[in-house]
Amino acid sequence: MWIYIGKRLIASVPILLGLSVIVFAMMALIPGDPATAILGSYATPENVARLNSQLGLDKPLVEQYFIWLGKLFHGDMGRSYALNRPVADEVFERFGATLILAGASLILCSIFGLIAGIAAAVRQFGWTDRVVTFLVLIGISTPSFWLGLLLIMLFAVELQWLPASGMYAIYGGGGPLDLLAHLAMPAVTLAVVATAVIARLTRAAMLEVLRQDYIRTARAKGVSERRVIYRHAFKAALVSIIPVIGIQAGFVLGGAVYIETVFQWPGIGRMLVNAISTRDLLLVQGGVLVVAASYVFFNLLADVAQTIVDPRLR
Amino acid sequence: MVALPVSGKKANDRGGRPSPFKLLIANRLSAAGLLLLGIIVALALLTPILPLPDPDITDPAQRLLRPGVDGHLLGTDHLGRDLLSRLLWGTRVSIVVGVSATLIAAIVGSLIGLTAGYAGGRSDNVLMRGIDLVMAFPYILLALGIVAVLGPGLLNALYAISIVNIPFFARNIRGMTLGLSRREFVDAARLSGASHPVILFGDVLPNVLPTIVVTMSTTVGWMILETAGLSFLGLGAQPPQADLGSMLGEGRKLLFTAPHVSVIPGVMIFVLVMSINLVGDGIRDVLDPRLKSGALAAPGAATTVKREAVPEKPATDAVLSVTDLRTQFQTGSRVYKAVGGVDLDLAPGERVGLVGESGSGKSVTALSLLRLVPTPPGTITAGRVVIGGEDQLAASVDKLRRLRGGKVAYVFQDPLTTLHPLFTVGQQIVEAVQAHQPLSRREAEAQAIELLERVQIPSAKARYNAYPHELSGGMRQRVCIAMALANDPELIIADEPTTALDVTVQAQVLKLMRGLSEQQGSAVLFITHDFGVVSELCDRVAVMYAGRIVEIGPTEAVLDAPAHPYTRKLIDCVPVLGEPDRRLDAIEGLPPPVDRLPTGCAFAERCPIVEPRCREGDIALDPLSDDRSVRCIKPYRMAS
Repeated sequence: MWIYIGKRLIASVPILLGLSVIVFAMMALIPGDPATAILGSYATPENVARLNSQLGLDKPLVEQYFIWLGKLFHGDMGRSYALNRPVADEVFERFGATLILAGASLILCSIFGLIAGIAAAVRQFGWTDRVVTFLVLIGISTPSFWLGLLLIMLFAVELQWLPASGMYAIYGGGGPLDLLAHLAMPAVTLAVVATAVIARLTRAAMLEVLRQDYIRTARAKGVSERRVIYRHAFKAALVSIIPVIGIQAGFVLGGAVYIETVFQWPGIGRMLVNAISTRDLLLVQGGVLVVAASYVFFNLLADVAQTIVDPRLR
Repeated sequence: MVALPVSGKKANDRGGRPSPFKLLIANRLSAAGLLLLGIIVALALLTPILPLPDPDITDPAQRLLRPGVDGHLLGTDHLGRDLLSRLLWGTRVSIVVGVSATLIAAIVGSLIGLTAGYAGGRSDNVLMRGIDLVMAFPYILLALGIVAVLGPGLLNALYAISIVNIPFFARNIRGMTLGLSRREFVDAARLSGASHPVILFGDVLPNVLPTIVVTMSTTVGWMILETAGLSFLGLGAQPPQADLGSMLGEGRKLLFTAPHVSVIPGVMIFVLVMSINLVGDGIRDVLDPRLKSGALAAPGAATTVKREAVPEKPATDAVLSVTDLRTQFQTGSRVYKAVGGVDLDLAPGERVGLVGESGSGKSVTALSLLRLVPTPPGTITAGRVVIGGEDQLAASVDKLRRLRGGKVAYVFQDPLTTLHPLFTVGQQIVEAVQAHQPLSRREAEAQAIELLERVQIPSAKARYNAYPHELSGGMRQRVCIAMALANDPELIIADEPTTALDVTVQAQVLKLMRGLSEQQGSAVLFITHDFGVVSELCDRVAVMYAGRIVEIGPTEAVLDAPAHPYTRKLIDCVPVLGEPDRRLDAIEGLPPPVDRLPTGCAFAERCPIVEPRCREGDIALDPLSDDRSVRCIKPYRMAS
């Protein structure tokens, strides 16, 4: 088991390196001269050249990459010119907020997706099944950013139960309850599509497993139907459900971009959208890299969880 | 996804497969989706000739009108532009962008997949590692990164969404191509000297096309949603151009004053994407029926019993008494009568073999006894199964549960698929013990180890913690037997327990079962197609054909002098050691299909001594002597 986790950890190093190459290449591909962008179009050629050499941009690309990678290991992602602060500070501060939002969503979609999927499979062709199937269809077809707006209109404007935006109240805010009130709508909105996907897959996986010979064996030895469903069938179905939950982690991290914009959540997604608009490319680079790296980590967790469930993979 | 079973089955019943389009329409939800999508697309196509105001003409005096006011059916936005007109023009843009993105992703992705799958080796490795790398990014984040590089704009958003979706196509198509390029027809094309592109596009591509279409139809709605999302963020369509996403984005600023400006385009995106998803699911079900979820009916806890006739309760002290048992399977309008009236009694401690070809109904008989036949499609339609003095076909599920694995235990055919792969064999035996005995975990564990020892598994304590895949086939079957013995059953129903095993292992397992049954006094109903096995183990043998018993009697008597022509043919099929010259008669012909049984004797078609009256009426299982019965009007007598 530990050997497997070790192997899996080592295997994710090339993926991380690949990610860093792509992210670096992205920025290198951008047409135009960063120094000109920083200094403005009225800068003298001498000044541009001096800044270019200061930034190391006159060196060959491969060398630039390794210098950049070396700095990355020391937590140096450069400096955001628009915000005038180190990229790393900004990125990690924002990433914390995104993790809270994405984590809450991931918990919600796992719980409700699994429950709905199991309920539908157990009562296949029954009313529960039809209702779940219908809700899944609605869920995967709903634009989450639009759903967010509808929820704001209902719960913040009409009913005034929940705050419309932000992470904490501006006056007298703070504390876990305040956070929870602000978190409720964005987390639910972000979870809707992922819940639908997990429910759909759980249903399919359960139906597939319930037809297997070993389920008949369990029934033949007199195991209660509850235990057949929740122990025998669900454990076997988990093997194919876990990777999908891993994929949903990436989906939720990415989808946070919309939700953070709609609900003014101070996370990394909103930061990225602003940074793209202001052409603050180092900030985009740092943000994309951190989120992508965290997704690699989530996938690693999913792989390990799958191995714990399925001894055949060890 | 939503496979309507009724309509789907109707389509399957027709002799020839109906056209894909008809199948699609037969699915009510897909038909509704198609209708909805058709209306939206028609409106989008007709937009330029509809009598609508120019979508870009501003009229500040008319700004933020509510829907229905002054000839503006859906109202106006913050610049006084007509929302209906903007909505339809925006829908046009969104559909075009979504479909284009899908096409680009499909073409590029499929080319990568085809190349990687066909070339294999290093090219495959390099291409697929690249794809893996793209997939290592969270989906939308990568699209954002690409837009950051290319700069905001509708065309750039389209490229970003296409690139992000390339991996789905590349992976699916590669998998298919990999399988196909090892197939004979590709080899044949190669040998005939066709060039690689000709083979790839002439022979392989047509075969993967359905997969490409399925992947497209299930991702296009998604891509429309994602491009709308980028526009919503202000990274897609730039003013004055508008798609549904950017309309929603602009409307968001007026959420509190004029909600209709953002609600309306949102509804349009939702309806458009939902109709596309409905159609996409329908297309997937038609082109790739294996994925159709409705086809996978999951069996319930016990077979449904719908008896038209319940026979008299027999007065017997038998462990098992079966009277006129009938089980059928219904798929569509076809009814397969797998078991067509079986009568069978087992005395305490008696071992009876139930023999027949595959499809004769012997396994279904075995499973019907404790209602383990999967419903749907199976139903028990008649008969009585008396175990422990009670009719089990009338018992509650909970009563059945207590009987299963308690008084009556099963051993199934393939121990690899019948043991749960994710639990240790010890856990599985403990579960069998605890399902019927109120023992603590520790006591149950001790009993499980004892059981493993009883079925002669060496170093039982160590094997307790083994998973099924870590054991050999013979060991696994021993575990299954141990599990069956857990609660000292009066009756063991063994459904071809040795068929999946090597010959030497078969002999060991048989010896073990014989020893255990003698030692414990359990009755055994042994289902097999092998007369050799029967002669090793059984006191009596019953021969099944087309769902009914055709001959029953003491094993030796039946083997020495089979009375039914079928039994004789079946025994002639068994090779005998030391008689290599003996002709192995395969029985000519096939058993009759059990959904179209002939009147009279079911074996008539293949019988060497058939007469016209064999086909006239039902033939009863008549006694031949005091312990033998046969279902034949002119059975072979001892002398013959």
